This record gives sequence, C-alpha cells and structure tokens, in this order.
Amino acid sequence: MALLEVEDLHVEFRTRDGVARVLNGVSYHVDAGETLAVLGESGSGKSVTAQAVMGILDTPPAFVTHGEVRFKDEDLLKMSDEKRRETRASGIAMVFQDALSALNPVFTVGFQIEEQLRVRRGMSKADARKRAIELLDQVKIPNAAQRVREYPHQFSGGMRQRAMIAMSLALDPEVLIADEPTTALDVTVQAQIMDLLAELQRERKMAMILITHDLGVVAEVADRIAVMYAGRIVEQADAVTLFRTPGHPYTAALMDSMPRLDQKGTELNTIKGLPPNLLKIPSGCPFHPRCPRRQDICSVDVPRQHNLGLGHVSACHFAEEVVGG
Amino acid sequence: MGRYVLRRLFQMIPVFIGTTFLIYALVWAVPGDPFAGKCGERPCPDQYVSAMRAQFNMDDPLVVQYGKYLLNLLQGDFGKTFSGTEVIDRISVTFPVTVRLAIVALIIEAIIGISAGIVSGLRNRGFLDSLVLVSTLFLISLPVFVTGSVIQLVFGIQLGWISPTVKGTGFADLIVPGFVLASLSMAYVARLTRASIGESRRADYVRTANAKGLPVSRVVGVHMLRNSLIPVITFLGTDLGAFMGGAIVTEGIFNVPGIGGLIYKSIQTKEGVMVTGLVTLLVLVYLLMTLLVDLLYAVLDPRIRYE
Amino acid sequence: MSDPTAATSEAVAEVGGGAALGKPRGLLGDAWRELRVRPLFWISVTIIAIVVLIALFPGLFTHADPNLGILSRSRKPPSGEAWFGYDTQGYDVYARAIYGTRASLLVGLLATVGVVILGSVFGILAGFYGGWLDAVLSRISDIFVGIPFVLGAIVILTSLNTAGNTSGVRIVTLVVLSIAALSWPVAMRIMRSAAITAKQQDYVKAARALGASPRRIIVQHMLPNCLAPVLVYSTIALGAFIGAEATLSYLGVGLRNPVVSWGVMINDAKDYIRVAPHALLFPSAFLTVTVLAFVMLGDAVREALDPKLR
Repeated sequence: MALLEVEDLHVEFRTRDGVARVLNGVSYHVDAGETLAVLGESGSGKSVTAQAVMGILDTPPAFVTHGEVRFKDEDLLKMSDEKRRETRASGIAMVFQDALSALNPVFTVGFQIEEQLRVRRGMSKADARKRAIELLDQVKIPNAAQRVREYPHQFSGGMRQRAMIAMSLALDPEVLIADEPTTALDVTVQAQIMDLLAELQRERKMAMILITHDLGVVAEVADRIAVMYAGRIVEQADAVTLFRTPGHPYTAALMDSMPRLDQKGTELNTIKGLPPNLLKIPSGCPFHPRCPRRQDICSVDVPRQHNLGLGHVSACHFAEEVVGG
Repeated sequence: MGRYVLRRLFQMIPVFIGTTFLIYALVWAVPGDPFAGKCGERPCPDQYVSAMRAQFNMDDPLVVQYGKYLLNLLQGDFGKTFSGTEVIDRISVTFPVTVRLAIVALIIEAIIGISAGIVSGLRNRGFLDSLVLVSTLFLISLPVFVTGSVIQLVFGIQLGWISPTVKGTGFADLIVPGFVLASLSMAYVARLTRASIGESRRADYVRTANAKGLPVSRVVGVHMLRNSLIPVITFLGTDLGAFMGGAIVTEGIFNVPGIGGLIYKSIQTKEGVMVTGLVTLLVLVYLLMTLLVDLLYAVLDPRIRYE
Repeated sequence: MSDPTAATSEAVAEVGGGAALGKPRGLLGDAWRELRVRPLFWISVTIIAIVVLIALFPGLFTHADPNLGILSRSRKPPSGEAWFGYDTQGYDVYARAIYGTRASLLVGLLATVGVVILGSVFGILAGFYGGWLDAVLSRISDIFVGIPFVLGAIVILTSLNTAGNTSGVRIVTLVVLSIAALSWPVAMRIMRSAAITAKQQDYVKAARALGASPRRIIVQHMLPNCLAPVLVYSTIALGAFIGAEATLSYLGVGLRNPVVSWGVMINDAKDYIRVAPHALLFPSAFLTVTVLAFVMLGDAVREALDPKLR
C-alpha cells in the first residue's frame, strides 16, 4: 500500500467549444520518503492531476469522470467535502508555481501562514505567530521575525517561494505536491529552492510529487519519474533507468532535445509537430503523429502498458525495441 | 504619505479655481439684467441698483470680481444675497439635511448593492445571477425622477404605506428618498461587486486558500471579499460626493429641505451669491472625497504606496 | 501602481468600456459570433430599430395630432380611442409620446456624438503625447468632472437659455451642448487609458521605430484599437443622455414647448400625478424602454468584446 495512489483518473473540461479530455486514465503512486517527478510539456495534464488530487479543480469546467485517489487507502473522491477538506494541507499540501499570484496580496505572509494554524489547529494568535516565524526560519528566510509582518509583494521572487513553501509545511503534511516550484524564478535561485525542497523532504520524511518540465531538475532530486503525454502516463521508471534506457519514443525524444555540453556545435534535436489538441486527441497512441517509430498499428490501437521489469513501464507498442535502442 | 497628501492638495487648487470660476462666470457674466423683477413690478430704483452693483463688485472685470469673491470665501465669508440674508446661514440649515440624505443613500446602496453583487457573483450564470443582472439593467435605465415619482405614486398616494413627502429631516424620515437617490448607483455597485467577485473567484490565491483546507466561509468571507471589495469601496467613496450634487431631483420630489432645493430656487431667482456659494461647497466636498478615496485605496491595498 | 488617477480612469474604462483590445479583426469576428447567440442583443437591437423608425416616421404609428389640445377631454384615462389617455391640456398622450421620440432620440444622439468626438480627440492626444499636454488636458477634464452634472446643466441652461427666445433649434442645441460639455471627460479618460495601453503595444512601438509620423501612428495604428471601448461607452451613454434630457426637461430647464419630448411630457404631467398618473407613466415607460435598450446593447457588446468575461 502506497501512501498516495492515483488510479485510472479521468478528468474532462467541458468548454463551449467541446469537451476536452485532459486526463485519460492517469495512474501513479508515491511512498513516504520518496520523490516522484511528474514530467511533461505544458498541457500534458500534470498540474490537472495534482489539482484533482488536492480537490481544487475549478468545477465547472473541470469534472472528474472516473478513477480513484487513495490517500492511506481511503478514496478521497468518495469522501465527504468536510472530511476531504481536513486532509488538505495536513495530509497533502501543495506548493504553487507562481507565489506572487498564489499568495493573497492583501494579507501579510505571517497572517497567511498563521491562519491555517489558528483555524485548523485552534492555536492562539501568539502561538501561531511563533510557529510561523519558526517555519520561515526553516525555509531559511533571514530575519524571519521581521519579515513575518510583511506583504508578499515586499518579498523577492525566491523569498516569496520560500514563504510559500513554509506555508505549505505549516500543518506538517505527509505528501507535498510541488507544482513547477521553480519555473517562475531566476535560474540562480532555482537551484536554491530545489535544494531546499529536497532537504525538507529528507528531514521530514515526506512523500514529494514534483511536477516539472525541466529534465535537469528531475535528474537531481527524483527517485522515480512518471512521464505524461496528452493526459496519460506514457512511461514510469526509477530515475536512473529512465535516463539510461528510456522505454518510450517520447521520453527518448525529450532526452534528445536536452542541450548537452559534449555535443556543442551540433544542432539541437527537437520534437517535431505540436502538442496534441485536447479537443481532438489523435486516435490510437496520442503521440503517433510526432513519433519517429510510427507504424500503422499506432494510429489504431491504444498501446497497453508494457512491463519492462523493476517497475519500468512504458505505453508504447514497441517498448521493448525502444529500450533495446 | 504626508508628502503625497500635500502634493494632491496642491494639485487640487487649479481644479478648484477652474471649476468655481466656470460656475461664477456662468452665473455672473451672462447677459441680462440681474435685477429684473427684484423689486416687484417696477424696475429697481437707481440708488438700489448702484448700491448692489458696488456690494457685489459688479463694475469690476469678471476676473477681479471672482478674485474678490474668492478672497472673502477664504476668510469664511460666503457673502449676502440681494435681500441681505447671510448665505452661510442658509447653508448651515440645509447642508446637514443633504449630508444625512447622502449618508442614508450610501448605506442603502452599500448594503443592497454589495449583497446583490456577492450573491450573483458567487452563482455565476444561475437564476439569481440573471435576476440581479436584469434588475440592475432596469435600475440603470430608470431615470431617478421616474423611480421617485412612481414610488411616491404607488406607495405614497395609492397604497398609503409611506408619506408622499418627508415629514422631518431625521435619518429615518430620509429612508425612502435615500433609496431613490441610491437606486442608480446601487445597480452599479451590484455589477461592480459581481465582476470583482467573479474575477477573484478565479484568482490563484483563492485556489491556495482552498488548498490550505480552509472552510468555504473563510475562503469567501476573508480571502475573496477582502480583495473584491477594494474597487467597490472606492466607488462608494466617490459616490458620497456625487449624491450631494445629484440630490436636486430627489429632494424636489419628496420635498426634502436640503441644498438641492435651495440651489434650484436660487438659480431660478438669480441669487448668484447663493448659487456660487453652494456649488463651491459641493466642489470642495467632491475634491476632498476623491482624495480620501485615493488614501483609502492605499489603506485597503498594501501594494499601493504613495510617494 | 503609484499613480492613483491612472488607476481610477482604468476603473472607469473597465466599467464603461472593457479592456483595451489586442487584434481588432479577429476580436471583432469573435465578438460578433458571441453576440449573434445572445437574446438580449437581439431584443435591444429590435427595440432600437423600432424607436428609430418611430423617430423617423411618427405618422406611421398614429393618426392623432400631437398638438391638438381639447380641454374637454383633459386628463381622461386610457381608452380604446386614446390608448394612453389624455393629459391635462387634452393632448393625446400616445400621439405625443410617438412624436416626442424624435426630439428625445436626437438630443441623445447629438450629445453622444459631441462627447465621443471631444473625448476621443483629447483622450488620444493626452494618451499619446503624455507629459505636459496630458497634465493640462487631464486637469481641464478634472474641472468639468468636479461639477455635479444636474447642477452644472441647470446653471448653464438657466444662464444661457433666457426666456422669450423659444426657437426649437436653439433650445435643442443648448441642451445638447450642456450635456456634452459636462460629460466629455468620461469619454476622454476611457480613450486616454486605452491610448496609453495601445502605445505600449509592440506594433505601435514598431511603427515608431520605423519612423512613422505621430499623425499616422495615431490615425492608422492607435485609433482602430482604442475606439472599441469608447464605442461601447457611447452606446450606454446614448441611453444615459436620453435620460439626462428627460431629467433636465423634467426640471423645467431642458426642452420645452413647442418642442415635444418625453421629458417635456413628464414635466407637464408631474404636477397632476395624483389625478392623472397615466400622463406621467406612459412617456416614462417609453423613456425607460429606450434607455434600457441602449444600455443592454452596450452591455452585450462590452461582454462580447471582453475575452475575460467569456
């Protein structure tokens, strides 16, 4: 039994232009003390999965049509609203991408951290303030006692993301979902934030789901990686295996498109074509229009998950050949 | 902050002078005999006319006249009417009535407008939302004198639930005229609140608040409202000034003895000093309210800092 | 966010005109597709078409003479013979309401044209050039905004509209001018903030970099993009100005005999509201429905133009 399991999750967006099938059977799991990276281009459904897990999808237009989200063996989707709310932040917490818009601009950072402690834990104002300062200390914000009284816009980008992380840790969650936590930041700050997240994850023995499109980030901190494409997990493996022997042409193409110092001067490989339109997902394997290994079967049959051993799974008709090179 | 206020006050001076001069010129510089009809059937005696012309500096060029008027005003002297009544005396009787009326209107506007806006903003595209949208469209389209006349006719004359004209000038007496005065802005407040709530409903910080596992009441009541009401409150602020200048029609219908009626009568009887005095006062109120609103903005939204 | 006046006029633009617009062609096409399916849009267009028809050809809608006052039928309530009854002078209320449409609509239309021209020219100049020109024009607009509308209009009209001079054209002109003089700053603020936004757009910057003359940039590049919010405002304003004319006439300073308008009728009827309410209610209904149609149209167009609301 994993700590958090997502099984066969389907989500659709009912828009005026039609129904967009954003998630088409996503399954993954994460254990305590483990970091799972969910990798994919924008629109692949990695953030939507996270929001469905948190139960913070915008409904309408988004609807969960099928699947289970089990936290400690209990299906969150079948829970009462009230009970589910109780698991938020204390069971599963989330760090958002853009802290500037994710933090409420009219309240101090301290207020926004303390609020959970007071409302959810019934702490006194003074105790909550003390704890908020501790949390800001833990995420290495200098001068925390002072800064707790400041507003989000008075923080620099990196400091703001640290405050966001402190806020997500306030109720000591067992699972932390970090949704592109470094995308909005300067390159120099990105590494610091990633190090901080990795360190906090180790210290607190949390499970962490790291959503990203950055392969470099993944390589450093992930134990396991799930690659998403068009609302499906197309490949899952432990980090070392995935980098060494990718089992899906999409993963292989992603690796290829990474700039490498040892190939300076040669042209960068790109993935041809555009990400699929979710209103009209291609038949069969959704990646087939862009796939270099495309055969006739790819546009007809949806590939099943091929087990490549040791938890390495790929949804490609020719997974074994891809691994073989 | 202090320097900002000073700068703003300084910027207000030309606007204040411009506005009051415009009104002064319109009242005093137009062709026609200001003394026509002042002395009954006969034309006024020359002696009276020349005394009056001297008292109101009417033989000076317009700009000089205006300058002298402004100098007196700065010393708190609003001047006397042709018949010798101190303008300030009349203002001190009528002005508080209009202020009370404007406050009553503001309270009604805020309570009804904001609640309607919240209800409709939270239930985007439901029945209540459509109801609010359609009724605000109606309120916006109904001229105040129609609303006032119809309310007076139906509730005052036909049903007899209310007195067709006000009986006193206390807050309770002014509820019906206050409602009529507020009706148009009420619709704007409801729509502004609705749009503002609709915007913050989709805001990332609301999603964050939900992810923190806060109760819905707190997400809406604290995180959404605190943001959504910033533009609404500033709108309400400017409206207080607008109400006082726009009360003429309402005061007329319900016979409220405020400055609206006084201005109207003074314009009709060509009591220039009274008109300019009252307009000056209203402009001053308007300007100070806009400054107050800007300062309020900074208090409500910590991102705004005035240097 | 340190300039509060910019913030206020943006709020006005938001309320009155919607956000500034990126690409005109695609957006207009989208807006039209959006509008086509809205019942409120078609209802308002239909009402406006009928009202315009009435204004152009009042004779098609009634055979009664609007200026035939027969005192013996004074204040008679609605009947089959006169649908809306007779007013205190014995005029046929329905016939007068039909013939009054023209003046009411004309005043609204002319005032709107005046406001849009004045406001757009000043607004786009202030927004494009900025600096001292912007400061001066903005302060001038502040001066006019500071005067409460009804109050200002009464002062202007009583001062200039001296009794004895009763030519219809002169009265209409004065009412139009006073409405326009007191309302142009709103249009200017909307135009100004739209122009400031447009100026920041890359295509305007590109045109400047290529050395296009200011005149060409304003007319060719900025005007088409800034006009939409002003036009939305003007639709709503047209309704509002029809209401303003009625308010001024109601107060006895706007239109008056021999001109017939809804406001004039309401003014005639207000003193007899207890005995002949129909003489007040019917022109009020004409007025309200017309204003409503323009406000609804403006509202629908604004929503269609604003991608945020979709």
